[in-house]
Amino acid sequence: MITFDDVVKVYPGGSTAVDHLTVELPTGKLTALVGPSGCGKTTSLRMINRMVRPTSGRVLIDGEDVAGQDEAKLRRGIGYVIQHAGLFPHRTVLDNVATVPVLLGKTRREARAAAIGLLERVGLSEEFAKRYPAQLSGGQQQRVGVARALAADPPVMLMDEPFSAVDPVVRGQLHAEFLRLQQDLGKTIALVTHDIDEAIKLGDRVAVLRQGGILAQFGTPQDLLTKPADDFVAEFVGRDRGLRSLSFDSAAALPVRPPAEAPDLVLDDAGRPVAWRSVGDLGGVFQVTDSLRVVTDLAISSPVGIAVRVDADGRADGIVSHHDLADHLVARRRESASA
Amino acid sequence: MNLSYLFDPEHWQFGVAGGFPQLILSHLGYSALALLFGVIIALPVGLYIGHTGRGSFLAINAGNAGRSLPTLGLLMLMVTLLGLGLLPVLIALTVLVVPPILTSTYAGMRAVDHSVVDAARGMGMRPWQVLTRVEFPMALPVIMGGFRSAALQVIATATVAASVGLGGLGRLLIDGLAVNDYSRVLAGAIVVAVLAVVLDLFLALVQRWVVSPGMSGQARRAAT
Repeated sequence: MITFDDVVKVYPGGSTAVDHLTVELPTGKLTALVGPSGCGKTTSLRMINRMVRPTSGRVLIDGEDVAGQDEAKLRRGIGYVIQHAGLFPHRTVLDNVATVPVLLGKTRREARAAAIGLLERVGLSEEFAKRYPAQLSGGQQQRVGVARALAADPPVMLMDEPFSAVDPVVRGQLHAEFLRLQQDLGKTIALVTHDIDEAIKLGDRVAVLRQGGILAQFGTPQDLLTKPADDFVAEFVGRDRGLRSLSFDSAAALPVRPPAEAPDLVLDDAGRPVAWRSVGDLGGVFQVTDSLRVVTDLAISSPVGIAVRVDADGRADGIVSHHDLADHLVARRRESASA
Repeated sequence: MNLSYLFDPEHWQFGVAGGFPQLILSHLGYSALALLFGVIIALPVGLYIGHTGRGSFLAINAGNAGRSLPTLGLLMLMVTLLGLGLLPVLIALTVLVVPPILTSTYAGMRAVDHSVVDAARGMGMRPWQVLTRVEFPMALPVIMGGFRSAALQVIATATVAASVGLGGLGRLLIDGLAVNDYSRVLAGAIVVAVLAVVLDLFLALVQRWVVSPGMSGQARRAAT
């Protein structure tokens, strides 16, 4: 757990970067710090590993004030990933990854042997080990940056805009891989981003900061989308937040009609949906584990306005029209308003 | 052109006073000593200024001032103050090599990517480790460039040693002029020039050996 206890940072010259920040980043979870530029998100992150000292207040890791600890030792126990990766250009990929273990007293040989395994973990084969950073693409560099931060197996990781320097396609891949990695590792992560979509996608918790370093809202991504604390958060989260919040709702509670009620639906011998008799293309199907956003998208884009649900074997086991869906969403909205 | 002095085998015998081998050795000796003192003085100062960012005006101004000092004039001043001997020559030549080494060290350090230094600190390197393991190796290509230019300058200028009674290839120029032996003067000029080129080639090899392939063009970006 990382605790900010009434933390203030005023830079020389009088500009306030962080204004009485009190927040707890839970252990084993990824907390995204998000906000416009000048909101103090990076300053807050850098106070965790003492790259920046608070003007007042305390930052604690598992109850221990970082201010009392030796800077270098503290930082060796915290993974650190930055934008553009910040790899050492004069060292091979392998030696980059081995950096912190060597600082901690491992022999170069041991550290290199362990580094090979880490490269595999982030999806880089052994052939990359002997290359230099200049020989890698931006996405590959970022993977090496993550591997380097994981090398000493630190319980806490700090990530400052780690995915913002790569193109959207590569970023999507890195997000997916990183989420999988985090599911295995369960690190306590603080991640800074200016991109609210990234924060919502990656964060177990999201802290929205506003200009002047004031915490506007702290909660789960769903909280942010469904119950923004004020106009600033609502606007920052974006206009289509209603639609996006459906990503967090399971389709399990959605009532469906039997497939027989749609005589137009063509099934094969096994009962799997194939097409719509009148228009052809089926458009896609959903499962009970999908989110309401998937169902909504299917219902809207379907040529006949009906989304088809299938079971684990791919057999049609229900249909939902966009009228049914709208009724369900309205009912759900009323429920959450009265709750 | 009269190359008879240059190609006279008698002048190439080892152990002969005034022969080429002996003159080249003493010439290289003055140059090497001046470079050694220059590195001892300029490298730590340049690293300190580059690492801390403090006193950068010193690096820039010392560089400019040093460059405009005429070595021969400085040598005469030193001889007046200190008398004849090796010391005034070494001082004058050291003053010559300090500016290029100082300014290149400073420039190399300032050119180090700030985010890499940030990563090094954030990973728990102490300031000394950041300097020796990250900043210095990254600045080395530029520092080597300054050192090579200092080496070329000092080889060309070490001929002044002969004007205050010492040896080196300057002897051929001074003595040749004194007795109107232009073949000897020409031989001296050619040997100095060849020596400079050979030394620079040697230093280029050294540079390839000490600079990480990741810092030079050798590790080219792979097609991605």
